[in-house]
Amino acid sequence: MKKYIFSSCLLLFPILFFAQSNLKGMIMDKQNPENNSGISGATVNWLDTSIGAVSNEKGWFTIPYKPEYKKLVVSYIGYKTDTITVTSLKTIRHFITPESELEEITVKSKKRATQRSLFATANMFTVNNDELLKAACCNLAESFETNPSIDVSFSDALTGTRQIQMLGLKSPYLLITQENVPSVRGAAQAFGLTFTPGTWVESIQITKGAGSVVNGYESISGQINAELVKPFSDNKFFLNAYSSLNGRLELNTHFNEKISDKWQSGLYIHGNYRGEKFDNNNDNFLDAPLAKQINVMNRWQYTDAQNGWVSFINFRYLKDEKQTGELNFNPETDKRTTNAWGSEIDTKRFETSAKLGYVFPELPFQSFGFQLAYSNHQQDSYFGLNVYDIQHESVYSNLLFNSIIGDTRNKFKTGISFTYDNYDELVEVGTFDENFKRKEQSVGAFFEYAFDNLDDFSFTTGLRVDAHNLLGNFITPRLHLRYAPWENGVFRASAGRGKRSANIFAENQQFFVSSRQINIDNVGGNIYGLNPEIAWNYGVSYMQKFNIFDKKGDLTFDFYRTDFSNQVVVDWENPQGISFYDLDGKSVANSFQVELYYQLAEGFNLRTAYKYFDVSTDYKSGNLQKPIQPKNRFFANLSYETILQENGAQWKFDATFNSIGKQRLPDTRSNPSQYQLAEFSNPYQLLNSQVTRVFSEKFEVYLGAENLTNVQQKNPILASDNPFGANFDTTIVYSPIFGRAIYAGLRFKIK
Amino acid sequence: MKKIVFIFSLFLLGFSTQAQTQKEVKKKRNAKVTFTVDGICGMCKKRIETAALKTKGVKFAIWDVKSHQMNLIMDERKTDLSTIHKNIMAVGHDIILDEDKKLMASDKAYESVHPCCKYRDSKIVEDHNGELKKQ
Repeated sequence: MKKYIFSSCLLLFPILFFAQSNLKGMIMDKQNPENNSGISGATVNWLDTSIGAVSNEKGWFTIPYKPEYKKLVVSYIGYKTDTITVTSLKTIRHFITPESELEEITVKSKKRATQRSLFATANMFTVNNDELLKAACCNLAESFETNPSIDVSFSDALTGTRQIQMLGLKSPYLLITQENVPSVRGAAQAFGLTFTPGTWVESIQITKGAGSVVNGYESISGQINAELVKPFSDNKFFLNAYSSLNGRLELNTHFNEKISDKWQSGLYIHGNYRGEKFDNNNDNFLDAPLAKQINVMNRWQYTDAQNGWVSFINFRYLKDEKQTGELNFNPETDKRTTNAWGSEIDTKRFETSAKLGYVFPELPFQSFGFQLAYSNHQQDSYFGLNVYDIQHESVYSNLLFNSIIGDTRNKFKTGISFTYDNYDELVEVGTFDENFKRKEQSVGAFFEYAFDNLDDFSFTTGLRVDAHNLLGNFITPRLHLRYAPWENGVFRASAGRGKRSANIFAENQQFFVSSRQINIDNVGGNIYGLNPEIAWNYGVSYMQKFNIFDKKGDLTFDFYRTDFSNQVVVDWENPQGISFYDLDGKSVANSFQVELYYQLAEGFNLRTAYKYFDVSTDYKSGNLQKPIQPKNRFFANLSYETILQENGAQWKFDATFNSIGKQRLPDTRSNPSQYQLAEFSNPYQLLNSQVTRVFSEKFEVYLGAENLTNVQQKNPILASDNPFGANFDTTIVYSPIFGRAIYAGLRFKIK
Repeated sequence: MKKIVFIFSLFLLGFSTQAQTQKEVKKKRNAKVTFTVDGICGMCKKRIETAALKTKGVKFAIWDVKSHQMNLIMDERKTDLSTIHKNIMAVGHDIILDEDKKLMASDKAYESVHPCCKYRDSKIVEDHNGELKKQ
C-alpha cells in the first residue's frame, strides 16, 4: 500500500508521510514473546548522536525522529546490542536477545541494485546507487554500461562522446529528465549527458516506451529520469577521486550542511582534467580530447514534514573545454588555419531551478507541486575550418495537482506547463554559412488517470493538449497497461505519441568533423525549413519472476515498435555530404529484447540479455537499415559481493560482457579506393570489469578496466593523412577508438 | 468554595460533552480513523487494505505489518466504522478493539486466508516474527 502513497507523492517529494516527528516503538524479550511483555529500562539512541530514550515499564519508548537518522541502537544490560535500520516512522517492535544465546545468523534481504517492479504499470525499472557504482566512472553518459536496456556507443572518432540509445533510437528520441525537468535536450543534446557527474546521481528511473504526459510531449522511445543526491539524505561529506592510465583525472566532493531544522544545503563540486596527449593508433590524431571541466552545484532543501511542505532550490554552473585534433595542433597559432587540423569545444552553462511541493497533512494522497527551471547554454566551437556556435536559453515550468477519485484505487494527476526555448546558432561549414535563430514556446494542459484494482490489473492513461508556436496545436495521448494473469507474471503494454522539433545541428555535431557538405531540403517548415518529427510507439512486455533451487530470478521479453509519421532524415550515404530532409515513406524501429536475471548464489548475480534491432528508414536512395546500428547484441553482467562484515567491509566484483554484431556502414563507394570501407563492420566483443574493496562504511577503493580485451577500430578517421581534403571523415565509428583503459579511485564519506 | 468549584467544573464538563456530541453529529468528509487488525505478513496487508478500500466511502487505507495498526481516511457520510470492520472480517481478519476485546472473523472467513497467513496459529506467527527480525 505504501507504494500508492509513494507514487502519488513521487513526483516531487517522496520523503513525506504522516506528519510526525517522533518514532514509537516497543522493546521485547526474545525469550518471552508470548505475552508480549516489554522490557523496561532498555536504552535506544540514534547512532552517532546523543539523542536517546529509555523504554517505559511496558517496554514502550518514544524518540524524536528526523529523516537523516537511519540507525537506531537498542541496548540493555545482559542482552545483545542491536542496530535497527529505520526508514520510516512506522512503530517498531523489536525483540532483543540475551547475550548468552548462540550467535544468530542474520540474513539481510538485500535490495537488488536494479529493480524491475512487478507492480508498476509502466515498464519501468529503477537503477539505484549500488548499480551506478559498478562502473565507477564518471558521468551520466557512462552510468548505463551495466544496464542491458540502454546501449552506449561513441558518436565520433574525436570527442570521445558517448551516445546512448534505447529501442534502437538515439538519445534525441529519449526524454532525459533531471528530477523530472527535461534536461539533456536542445543545445545540450550532444554532450549533455557528460555534464552530470556520476556521483551526483542518486538513482535513475528508466521507462521503456511512451512516457508520462506529465513531463511533456517530446518522449518517443522512452524516458530516463535521474534523481540527484539530496542535501537531507546525502553524506555530510563525500570525496571521490579517480584516475585512469589514459590520463583522465576526476575529483568529486560533496558537502552537506544543516542550516536549521528545516533547511539543509549541499555544495557539490566536480572537476575533471585530461592533459596528456595519446595517439595509440598512430594516425597523428589525439585518441581522446584534452579536457577540462568544472561543474558546481548548490542545492537548498527545505522540509517541513509537520505542515507538508518540501522545497528545492538549485544553482549550477558548468564550464567545459575540449581540445582535439592533430597531435601538434596548438590553438594559439593554428586555430582555424590549415597549419594543423584542430578543434576546440567550449561550453558554459548556467542553470537554476526551484521546486515546491505540498502534501495535504490530513490527506496523504493529495498534493500539489510546482517546478520552475531556467538554463542558459552557450557552446562556442570550431572543427578545423568549420565553426559552430550555439546559444540556447530555456525556461520550463510545470504545475501539478495529484489526488484521487473516490479512493486510492483511482488516482489522477493534472496540471499545466509552460516552456520557452530561444536558439541562436551560427553554422559555417564549407560553403554553408548561416545564422539560425528561433524561439519556441508552448503552453500545455495535461490529465493523467491511473486505475489499480489492487490485484491483477492496472492502467495509466494520459492526454495532453499543447499550443506551440512552431509545432502547432496538438494532442499527445499515452497509455500503459498492466495485467498479472498469474503469480509473479506480469504482462504490460504501452502506446503513445511523441512530437518534437529536431535540432539538426546540435544533435548531429559529429558531422562538422568531416569534409561533408551540408544540405537541407527546405520544405517551408518552421524549423530549419523542416517539419516537426512525429512518432508513435507501441510496446508489449512480459515478465516472469521465478524461484529455482531456492534462488530468485526473472525473465523478461519485450517488443517495441516506433513508427515515424514524420522524421527529419539524417542522410549520410553520400561520403561527401550530409542531407537533412523530411521523411517521405516509412521509418520504423523494431526492437526485441529477452533478459534473464538469476541469482546464482548468495551475493552472486547474473544478468544477461539478447537484443535484436531492426531500424530502417526510407532514404532518397531507397529503404536502408540505419547505419552503425548492430542488429544483434548480447549482454552479460556478473557481479559478486562477499558477505558484509560488521564494520561494513566487503569485496565487490563486477564484469560486463558485450557482444556487438555486424553493423552496416554508410556508403563510401564513391570515395577513392583507399578511403572506401566495407559494407559491414565485423562483430566484436567487449569486456569491462571492476573490483571494489570496501574497508568500512567510510572508505573504499576501486580498480577497474574498460575494454579489457583491447578492441580498437583500426582506422577510425578516414583520410587522416589529409584532414583538409575532400575525404576527411571522423564520423564512421563503430567500435572503441581507445584501447584498454585501466583506472583506479577511492571514495571517502562521512555520514 | 469547593461547591462552587464542583458546580463550575460540572458545568464545564456538561459543556464539553455537549460540544462533543455536536461534533459527532457533524459527519466528516475526511475522517481519520485508526484501529488494530490482526494479521502477520505482506499478504495479509494486501488483503486487509483491499477489503478496507473496497468499502464504499473509504478513501485511503494503510495497514502496518509490525504494529497491526490500520490507518484509514473515510467519508463518514458514506460509511461507518462497523461496515469497514465487517468487510475486513469478511476476508478473514480479526479486529482487536482492546486487550481482550476482539471482533472475531467467522471461521469460514478465517479458513479462506492463505495458509501462511494463519495469524491465530502461534507457530506461524512465530515464524513470521523471525522474518521480521531479519528485515
